Amino acid sequence: MINKEKADILIVGVGGQGILLASEIISSVCLEAGYDVKQSEVHGMAQRGGSVSSHVRYGDVVYSPTIERGRADILLSFELLEALRWIEFLKPEGTAIVNNMKITPMPVADGSERYPDNIRQKLEKRCKELVLVDGNSIAVKAGHIKTVNIALLGVFSKYLPFDTNMWKKSIVERVPVKTKEINLIAFDSGRNAN
Amino acid sequence: MRKLYSGNEAVARGAFEAGVEIAAAYPGTPSTEIMENIAHYKEIYAEWSVNEKVAFEVAFGGAVGGKRALAAMKHVGVNVAADALMTAAYTGINAGFVLVSADDPGMFSSQNEQDNRFFAKMAQIPMLEPSNSQEAKDFTILAFEISEKYDTPVLLRMTTRVCHGKSIVECRDRIPGPACRYQKNPQKYVMIPANARKRHVVVEERRKRLSEFAENFSGNITEYNDTSIGIITSGVSYQYAREVFPGSSFLKLGVSYPLPMNKIKTFAEKVKKLYVFEELEPFLEERLSAAGINLTGKNVLPVLGEFSPELLREKLQGQVTENSECDVKLPARPPVMCAGCPHRAVFHVLRKLRAVVSGDIGCYTLSTLPPLNTMDTVLCMGASMGIAQGLVRVLDERNRDRVVSVLGDSTFIHSGIPGLVNAVYNRANITVIILDNRITAMTGHQDNPGTGRTLKGEKVPDFDFAGMARAAGVEFVQTVDPVDINETENIISQALKHQGPSVVIAKRPCVLVDRNQFPGQMKIDWDTCKVCKICLRIGCPAISINDSKITIDQTMCFGCGLCQQICPHGSIIPLKSMKTGSENDK
Repeated sequence: MINKEKADILIVGVGGQGILLASEIISSVCLEAGYDVKQSEVHGMAQRGGSVSSHVRYGDVVYSPTIERGRADILLSFELLEALRWIEFLKPEGTAIVNNMKITPMPVADGSERYPDNIRQKLEKRCKELVLVDGNSIAVKAGHIKTVNIALLGVFSKYLPFDTNMWKKSIVERVPVKTKEINLIAFDSGRNAN
Repeated sequence: MRKLYSGNEAVARGAFEAGVEIAAAYPGTPSTEIMENIAHYKEIYAEWSVNEKVAFEVAFGGAVGGKRALAAMKHVGVNVAADALMTAAYTGINAGFVLVSADDPGMFSSQNEQDNRFFAKMAQIPMLEPSNSQEAKDFTILAFEISEKYDTPVLLRMTTRVCHGKSIVECRDRIPGPACRYQKNPQKYVMIPANARKRHVVVEERRKRLSEFAENFSGNITEYNDTSIGIITSGVSYQYAREVFPGSSFLKLGVSYPLPMNKIKTFAEKVKKLYVFEELEPFLEERLSAAGINLTGKNVLPVLGEFSPELLREKLQGQVTENSECDVKLPARPPVMCAGCPHRAVFHVLRKLRAVVSGDIGCYTLSTLPPLNTMDTVLCMGASMGIAQGLVRVLDERNRDRVVSVLGDSTFIHSGIPGLVNAVYNRANITVIILDNRITAMTGHQDNPGTGRTLKGEKVPDFDFAGMARAAGVEFVQTVDPVDINETENIISQALKHQGPSVVIAKRPCVLVDRNQFPGQMKIDWDTCKVCKICLRIGCPAISINDSKITIDQTMCFGCGLCQQICPHGSIIPLKSMKTGSENDK
């Protein structure tokens, strides 16, 4: 749990994983809690399987929309290699919440490069707290693999000082009506995991 | 009402509150969401125009007709609209007219990072630069007031971080724009030389009045704190500067053309050391230096790419954030053409035929990356047409019979059509392949004349690509389903042999728009697979090699069957004979 009245949160993963929706929910909860909020991401290539990052900053007043290397309080990664790619943005005393899954990038798929080994150990060396989450199984149990972003959000939500109902309200407002129930299950399962 | 808006959403909200009645755009990152959001307001007529020049002209026509109007485009789109812009600066407007230019420092999704602030200077029109979403909304509204007061188009210049960054916006109600009656006034709106000469005098006189306006503009904010460092900046650079120099003095420019030179001189005199922070070109700096002001700017800060707080710390405070030592070089994750993308087969065929590929702008530009490696040139929207025609005139015998121009449906309509007419007129022996995936895909699936739907969702007749080509005088016009590789290769080969221009329309919807268009997913039959890796050469993200085994990821495969058609051993087979998908998932 972050006790400070401000935090820098970096959310990363692969285009198509629902990263932008997750960061929108985080930002909306910070706004609801009365803070100044900035969220920054780059659109355009997101849907094409590229590396995607979204910066969320909250506090009394926020100036820069982006987080500097070595200054993020929390890194929330939807994929292992992306966690390693962005870990240098996390401050040494920060927390990394990482979905324990691999998505093969094209240079690895076509055999020209190798997916790195021992990512867990590499991440552990670089942050105070590493939380590895089997987000995909939580999502599948909740009802659909596509709820993985909300499942991870459930895990993440324990690290911010905001009430469960605020998170749920924001989720319900933003997911398709048909998927409301399974997303809420995914969120609860994530929040109660470990 | 407080909302968390992106800069683009805030511009749309500003247009709504300012009483805008007509708005037009052509999609382009990072500007696209401006018009997508304006379209949600039923009070505003909004359209996707076929290109930026037409969008500018539609909006300008609305302003001349007496209603507040807005046109939005990405930075390179302003190049397309520049012909209209330069003379609209002479005619002036009737009701307010605002052009939004979304620049892309860092080139997240663009072919260059030109600095469009120079357009304001070249056209002699005022320019506002918001630094967050609240300002994006406020400045949009102010831009209309300035436009009407000074009878000029106004440029609202955004950048990617302002467009796509979200911050808090206070929303208000819509106030109708002023009543501006339409009156025929050829001396003002018909730019024959005799009238234009008189209007140029008006432009000069207006420029002087605008300089006075800039001195008093409420969006140019001076804030004196510790005066040992003073910072002049605008746009998102202001936010970075506040982050890194919280106690310093600031002159934040909301209007960055024309410049409030008296205000700037006063500020420069009061501070000990003066910094000028601006991304890209030394636009402010050149003017300040010419006025004899001593400053630190581009002598230490880069003209390349975007700024960040980290960059300012490093270049001005000598604080270097160390790269955490990485034991291994991480594999890059470049964007790729999606699994099931109908474009992929065409590029597989073009590679096989060793075509010289004059490419264009869209998702298909990604075929330039490994493993497809197909494109020879990509310059700007529609350029595939003209470049191909130059190439065929000069290439040697070996290459000149296989020059192909490849462009998408929306790009063809945007600026490919004149090039096609030119090919017929000048008998250029090129083959044009129109990748008709029934949508403007790259910018996030916007409608275009080919989809038969407008921005507001109205049904209209589909644009007829084959009919257009025939009307232009093309004799060889064929439509092919690109998912059938043999037929695609057959038709493209025939087109290459045809003397004179030929057109092949590869028609198949974008897989993200119609996800269920294929019969079923594929899997590898490991008993017969020889791991020859031919299937890896089409660059499908669903196919990968792991521990010397080829696998197809069932969460990604749409079942287009391209891999099945190229596998020489018959080892890629439909999944549906199996009970579950898990067996193939390692």
